[in-house]
Amino acid sequence: MKLDVQYFAAFREATGVGSERVDTSAATPEALFAECTARHPRLQRFASSLVAVNDEMTGWNAALAEGDRVLFFPPVAGG
Amino acid sequence: MNSFGIAREAIDLAAFRAALVDRSCGGYVQFEGWVRDLNDGRPVLRLEYEVYEPLAVNEGERILEEAVQRFGVQRAAALHRSGLLELTDVAVVVGVAAAHRGEAFEACRYIIDEIKRRLPIWKKEHYADGDAHWVRCDHCSEPA
Repeated sequence: MKLDVQYFAAFREATGVGSERVDTSAATPEALFAECTARHPRLQRFASSLVAVNDEMTGWNAALAEGDRVLFFPPVAGG
Repeated sequence: MNSFGIAREAIDLAAFRAALVDRSCGGYVQFEGWVRDLNDGRPVLRLEYEVYEPLAVNEGERILEEAVQRFGVQRAAALHRSGLLELTDVAVVVGVAAAHRGEAFEACRYIIDEIKRRLPIWKKEHYADGDAHWVRCDHCSEPA
């Protein structure tokens, strides 16, 4: 299935791209992130990284579906 | 009634406070987060905030509503900056108006803590030695 992946802050700098369209069989954000790591060796998942799908925060084991927009957030640091 | 926003320019603090004035309130607590010249022993020159607005605004509104429900305050608002900030600039402001001061202090503390923990906002520090890096939050919860 085809998905859109979006990277933020440190993740964007590690991959060198803000977003990309991927063709994948990854069933979860967890599996998808592992694939992305293989494609972008500088990408690494910090302990408190977060994931959102279609602008809703979700878990790393959520089910992905065709056309989803997956957002990978490195640890947040507002305030 | 509550409002959470992202500001791309310097925050107008007088206007922010004025919007919260309420004749039923006897206490008002405001917190400002400032850009400091030192972090982890390294001299900091300026900061850069990246914000993913669609989610930050929704989740920010949710935090304000939680504070109103949980502490019974009258009004709550917050503004967070994005973009490049210089030393002493206001990075975030939280204001809470309530009948009495106790719940206003508690709600204000809750809001700023949740903002730091939950909102998709990232901070890049630019150091005096020319280096720059993204700050990692050290009190974020583990991924679900």
